[in-house]
Amino acid sequence: MDGMQLSRRGLFGTGGALVVSFALGGAKPAAAWTEKPVALEQVDSFLAIDAQGRVTTYVGKVDLGTGLRTGFAQIAADELDVPMTAVSVVEGDTALTPDQGPTYGSLGIQIGGVQLRQAAATARALLVAEAASRFGLPAETLRTEDGAAIAPDGRRIAYAALVGGKAFSRAVDPGATIKPPEARKVVGKPVPRVDIPDKVMGRFAYVHDLKLPGMLHGRAVRPPAMGAVAEAVDAASVAGIPGIVKVVHEKGFVGVVAKTEWAAIKAQAALKVRWSAWAGLPEQAKLWEHVRATPVAQRQVTSEKGDPATAIKGAATTLSASYDFAIHTHGSMGPSCAVAEFKDGRLTVWTASQATHNLRKQLALMLGQPVEQVRCIYQEGAGCYGRNGHEDAAADAVLLAKAVGKPVRVQWMRAEEHGWDPKGPPTLIDLRAGLDAQGKVVGWESEAFIPKGAGGNVDLVAAELGGLPRENLLSPGNIVHNLAVPYGFPAVRTTCLRLESTPFRPSWIRTPGRMQNTYASEAFLDELAAAAGKDPLQFRLENLDDPRGREVLERCARLANWQARPSPQRDQSGEILRGRGVTYVKYELVRTYVAGVAEVEVNRRTGEIRVTEFFCTHDCGQIINPDAVTAQIEGNVVSTLSRTLKEELTFDRGTVTSLDWASYRTITFPEVPKITVELIDRPAEKPWGAGEPAAAIVPSAVSNAVYDATGVRLRSVPFSPAKVRAALQGA
Amino acid sequence: MSQTLAMTVNGRAVSVTVDDPEMPLLYALRNDLGLTGPHYGCGLGQCGACTVHVDGVAARSCQLPVGAMAGKRITTLEGLGTAGKPHPVQAAFIAEQAVQCGYCANGMIMESASFLAQTPKPTEAQVREALASNICRCGTQPRVVRAVLRAAAQA
Repeated sequence: MDGMQLSRRGLFGTGGALVVSFALGGAKPAAAWTEKPVALEQVDSFLAIDAQGRVTTYVGKVDLGTGLRTGFAQIAADELDVPMTAVSVVEGDTALTPDQGPTYGSLGIQIGGVQLRQAAATARALLVAEAASRFGLPAETLRTEDGAAIAPDGRRIAYAALVGGKAFSRAVDPGATIKPPEARKVVGKPVPRVDIPDKVMGRFAYVHDLKLPGMLHGRAVRPPAMGAVAEAVDAASVAGIPGIVKVVHEKGFVGVVAKTEWAAIKAQAALKVRWSAWAGLPEQAKLWEHVRATPVAQRQVTSEKGDPATAIKGAATTLSASYDFAIHTHGSMGPSCAVAEFKDGRLTVWTASQATHNLRKQLALMLGQPVEQVRCIYQEGAGCYGRNGHEDAAADAVLLAKAVGKPVRVQWMRAEEHGWDPKGPPTLIDLRAGLDAQGKVVGWESEAFIPKGAGGNVDLVAAELGGLPRENLLSPGNIVHNLAVPYGFPAVRTTCLRLESTPFRPSWIRTPGRMQNTYASEAFLDELAAAAGKDPLQFRLENLDDPRGREVLERCARLANWQARPSPQRDQSGEILRGRGVTYVKYELVRTYVAGVAEVEVNRRTGEIRVTEFFCTHDCGQIINPDAVTAQIEGNVVSTLSRTLKEELTFDRGTVTSLDWASYRTITFPEVPKITVELIDRPAEKPWGAGEPAAAIVPSAVSNAVYDATGVRLRSVPFSPAKVRAALQGA
Repeated sequence: MSQTLAMTVNGRAVSVTVDDPEMPLLYALRNDLGLTGPHYGCGLGQCGACTVHVDGVAARSCQLPVGAMAGKRITTLEGLGTAGKPHPVQAAFIAEQAVQCGYCANGMIMESASFLAQTPKPTEAQVREALASNICRCGTQPRVVRAVLRAAAQA
């Protein structure tokens, strides 16, 4: 901003930025299609200040229930020097918000918040420059406070008077100065979340609650076998249901539309369809043989150093093991939902998608319609931990709305959510390593069998079934990270065998790949520590130079009152065996550091594992909201314990059979351990992600603790009682 | 053949006209009465997201045929407390920040309020047991337990 001298009239555009004020968390009105800057390099893309001084921020990253909305408001409030109550946040509206990428990968704050912060810092500098010009003072003599620029003599001009309702019409300045830590007022503080009171009082409007005038209710009718095709649809079979509007059958896509939701649900269940036969899924009992036999599309070496094969061959002790991790559903609490409306040739979709800008393109592709004629508006749904069914429900709603020419709301039923959301793919990892006579690692090799593809777009079910245009790519997420290890072994090779196919349409679920890869590596590392007769914490520290990594491990050990000794513990008497396990991750080897200690009780008779305590030390750099970060860590621990101990998709040759919460078991309240979190805040560092990293350490912490308790190594997630019993009997 | 049912919802006498008395109460509340506090989670009575109080006791509205609700006194999350005077459980959920996405929060709060009415001074184990059939996927359970214990302590 230095040297920027602008005339009073010239600083801000006169065209007027669009200011759309919503109460935080309120229902998004069907605002008219408007032209507003959304390019990432423009200040106006990110924020506007209206004539009352209210700040509206526009973000492409969305709050999926993690508190991001509050974090964005904190960041904007501090950087602009306005009260938080003056800030509202518009998220994920493709007509109003910049495309900051999908809300995945623990990048909401790290990328989304940092971009917003830079735009806000630029805006503040522009406001100061304008005020300075009006005061006839140098900009550096002014300060800002409470939504106003203030001169040394006390004169003040409110932002509203400087820019109110007008556009900034300036590019984001990458050099605009960010507030130093000591000047921050709300960033770094445990500010209560802005959405919680409405959620607790029943006032919050989820996408599920949206009601448009003339809106109808739709349901897709899915084939009983995943690849089956509808050969004949008997519309008369539901004609007797009061309120039925239309049966839609377009190629393989079948659905019903009704005046009431209950009529649509009844019609969905009652519609008679003749389906073709299909049985293309592998046999579940032979899943891992199937994975191992799947053709490899690409060998992707993710880290390489020295000659590990030769080192392992010549080692004093050689270990090898295979770890597997089950197929998981997202299992969102609220089945996926969307509302679609065609009006004047344009399509508007209200969706809880984590990637509205991408969904917009997918829907345009499916319809063969220009992307400019499609608008997706984010409205919060039930918690989303990756690409679940929201996009698919949107596609269903779009096809049904198109068929009836009226707005249609679709909410999936529970069986659709469990059956048809994209799945976390099965993951199999082989590892080999060698120790020298002193118990030092001389070589490490691992291979992960994981589907090819990256974090692109997951095809829409309706487009797939309906034979409509789609990208036809596998997109399991960015699942190669953390197979490379954070330790300084002399010889390493880690390889991802990217498979041509995987049984179910894959997508990313919280901590994709990083969790499975960390689980295998950190558990196998524990096997090496045991073989070396060393304390597992000490064994990690011996191989770790990174000071921030060492710090989280050492602090977590203190937090958990870690007693140094090799595993397993010696007391193998009695029915209940107790143990503890330590584990560590440096997320993607470039950001957030997490260490964890799990304490478990293993019932030798029943095979049940009870995690009694979980300790976690977490360094994600600068913390925007410590209570929100703590909540994310707790959530990561609880949901990953659920995945580690209980969750497993079941299927026959045609389709998913775990279609409800009784057949797809999740953690219950009595099973949730006491969780102790220690945050390391580094206010002068970059803010890194916290939505996923702590999940990465949970399965290995449990595997390591169970080994410590029992001397038996669990290598197959979920660690079900049957597997534990079998392992104990085999020991 | 449609029929009209009279009931009391959040203290007000209302009537609902339905063409199928087997329709679960949940849809009448959400779509006919505009009360979207209770959520559809599973339709199977397994998750708790749809919980309401019927004559003061927690019940899963996805499992209750609306035809059986005539004359009943129903309370939803919207009617549990008011903005000025939230129910102690609601106040405790805010104080403990015991919500992430909040889709399950309706069930957590309604179940806990009903439980505390019968067990005003529970142990932590009792709280966990009372909520053993309520699912949360975000992982708010530790905070929910703290919130319920806080509400009990302050009641």
